[in-house]
Amino acid sequence: MTSLSGNWADSPSSEQKQRRTGIRILLVVISSLFFLFFVAYMIRAQLSDWEHLSAPWKPLEQSQLLRLNTLWLLLASVCIQYARVQSRKVDRGEQEHQKIYGAASFSLLSAGVFAMLFLAGQLLLWQQLTELGYGVAGNPANSFFFVLTGLHGLHLAAGLALWLRAVLRVAQGAPMSIAATTIDLCAIYWHYLLALWLLLYALLTSSPESYAAFARMCGL
Amino acid sequence: MAYADDTQQQITHTPASYWTKYIFSQDHKVIAIQYALTAIFAGLVALVLSALMRMQIGFPGSLEFMDANTYYQAMTMHGMIMVIYLLTALFLGGFGNYLIPLMVGARDMVFPFVNMLSYWFYLVSVIVLMASFFVPGGPTGAGWTLYPPQAITAGTPGSGWGIILMLISLAIFIVAATMGGLNYVTTVLQARTHGMSLFRMPLSVWGIFMATILALLAFPALFVSAIMMLLDRTLGTSFFMPEMISMGQQLDHEGGSPILFQHLFWFFGHPEVYIVALPAFGLVSDILSVHSRKKVFGYKMMVWAIVAIGVLSFIVWAHHMYVSGMNPYFGFFFATTTLIIAVPTAIKVYNWVLTLWGGNIHMTVPLLFAVAFIFTFLSGGLTGLFLGNVIVDIPLSDTYFVIAHFHMVMGVAPILVVFGAIYHWYPCVTGRMLNDSIGKTHFWITFLGTYAIYFPMHYLGLLGMPRRYYDATEYAFIPQSAHDLNSFITVAALIVGVAQLLFLYNMFYSYFRGDKAGLNPWNACSLEWLTPDTPPKHGNWGQKLPVVARWPYDYSVPGVELDFVPQTVSQKTLQTMIDDGRSESASGAQQ
Repeated sequence: MTSLSGNWADSPSSEQKQRRTGIRILLVVISSLFFLFFVAYMIRAQLSDWEHLSAPWKPLEQSQLLRLNTLWLLLASVCIQYARVQSRKVDRGEQEHQKIYGAASFSLLSAGVFAMLFLAGQLLLWQQLTELGYGVAGNPANSFFFVLTGLHGLHLAAGLALWLRAVLRVAQGAPMSIAATTIDLCAIYWHYLLALWLLLYALLTSSPESYAAFARMCGL
Repeated sequence: MAYADDTQQQITHTPASYWTKYIFSQDHKVIAIQYALTAIFAGLVALVLSALMRMQIGFPGSLEFMDANTYYQAMTMHGMIMVIYLLTALFLGGFGNYLIPLMVGARDMVFPFVNMLSYWFYLVSVIVLMASFFVPGGPTGAGWTLYPPQAITAGTPGSGWGIILMLISLAIFIVAATMGGLNYVTTVLQARTHGMSLFRMPLSVWGIFMATILALLAFPALFVSAIMMLLDRTLGTSFFMPEMISMGQQLDHEGGSPILFQHLFWFFGHPEVYIVALPAFGLVSDILSVHSRKKVFGYKMMVWAIVAIGVLSFIVWAHHMYVSGMNPYFGFFFATTTLIIAVPTAIKVYNWVLTLWGGNIHMTVPLLFAVAFIFTFLSGGLTGLFLGNVIVDIPLSDTYFVIAHFHMVMGVAPILVVFGAIYHWYPCVTGRMLNDSIGKTHFWITFLGTYAIYFPMHYLGLLGMPRRYYDATEYAFIPQSAHDLNSFITVAALIVGVAQLLFLYNMFYSYFRGDKAGLNPWNACSLEWLTPDTPPKHGNWGQKLPVVARWPYDYSVPGVELDFVPQTVSQKTLQTMIDDGRSESASGAQQ
């Protein structure tokens, strides 16, 4: 375990490499899952009963809440990245050890708060849609919206579990180099979920015309 | 891609109590055995179901409880259990777990805790599935493909609780398979011992590795379709459900696409065939090589064939849907890719035969099963060429020809490998040999018996006998000869089914009374036989990891007295062995 202390950032231990490989393979699996949902979405959207949620006068045409949620997720990613960078520095024995330790812990905590804000915002959006009469079974477009945001949210919740592990490590006074391994994995996973969300956002809010065109391009 | 760092290969999570050693174990070997035993149990349930079905087909009305609903339920559960809960779980969770770390020289899987969770999720999925036998309405009878709308429409047996439990069980299974799969792939990529380059890995590892990649990419398709169907069933969404009237009632659904489900299902379903076949390909290559004392013919070609088959398996799925209705150009495309996949597959068959060619063949039980596999896979594969062509498939679709084809190619063939592999690796797992005479009896009954079952089905299919019929006696176009043949098939099936008791008895008896295996009973070269103890202890390798100097197929190397050179023998040691051999034979010649 010697390589965990010292120049962690320069050469991650082979255990950490294994974990990174593992999590990247997991991301490929998740990509496969969402890719298939995208394809199903495209095919289903071409059928006549589809009522797109971002069409004029529909709830997602100008959704401030959806944009606000996106901002929360973006901030969560920025914070976790900052925590990742700072946590690697801590054990280099620099003088401002305390300062860096504080910065890492603070940004780690804020990352979690932003992610939770995102989840809360998504739940609020669900509630609003249901109240407006766009429930999960109302139209296939609604069903897809709920399923895709729900699955994305579940994945983020699992990411929060990983985050909690890092927080507990820091709170229990473990050396930052130990927490850094978890923060590292957490960051890889969260950035991915941000990218995935941006794709989902584009899919769910683009205009019906633009993706009728996309579907035609794919021969659907 | 890297070799494991020695300092990181400490023996960890050493079991402390009975519970952590045998039940909640993180040791890949224990997990493998748990996986295998659970899978075999599920397989026995499916075997009994098939016997019940055969009784109805061969002797209609002979079982009082067998009405149409029960028949369809037995059929559905038989198919699903055999494909997913037996074969997939046994090859990946059983053989994958046991062999990967041993064959690549690792102490364990890289994420032992996740590996343990993988088994427990699998067990839960089996329990949920079996629970569906006991819920109101019984298990689903929708056919193993679970096509909507009928799978979730009233009137189909098990459309209440049965289908819900089936979909939940599948979802849990997929989570289990993903957790296991992450381990297998990462272990192969990151935890190989020194000297174990990718092209020094035994073909077993290659087969399981590639099959795991397929599983990781293909199972999400089943997951997606399971979730969407579950929502259609429980929340009334219309992903797959079209507007329809059922039993005089207009249903709430509208506009869904059943064909979409079929595309998603087969995007999983076809790679699934290779998830089962690729590990079988790998294991059988190793068995053939060891028991014919000869190197695998065309090792690199074999590896690339495995990779090519894996890639191609993702672009052939719609050949299961020729009669579902699609653009004729799609049919042409999928027929072409289907026929192309025959090329790497044929390469493998040639190479197996050439591995045997001129070898010092030992007629052991594993070898018998391996050779039987080649025959069975060949005949099953050739009928695949028939069915891959649209114009031949359309009249044969939904006949017994299809049943014969897929049972030969992905039922019997992989099961023969499972048996061969168990006879081959049982000494590694238990330290004792399986009984040879019982093994040979079991082999001949199983091999000849399965041919007695499935060969006549080709004839039935060409005759036009439709599959899935609960009672075929009422139809004028099915002649009496077909019924006689069905009775014959049923008798053969029952004999084969009962003969499996021999195998179970052998496994049980030999565990206590079998001959001691010793360290390397088959004189094999690969690492799993080179552990300090047989069966390997926790941590596999004692104090020091093995260092690999060669590939795993150095059998009958010219000039070496022993007919095998283990993977750990360095080039220098081998040269000494060859020189010693020369000087001995030279002195022998002088005398």
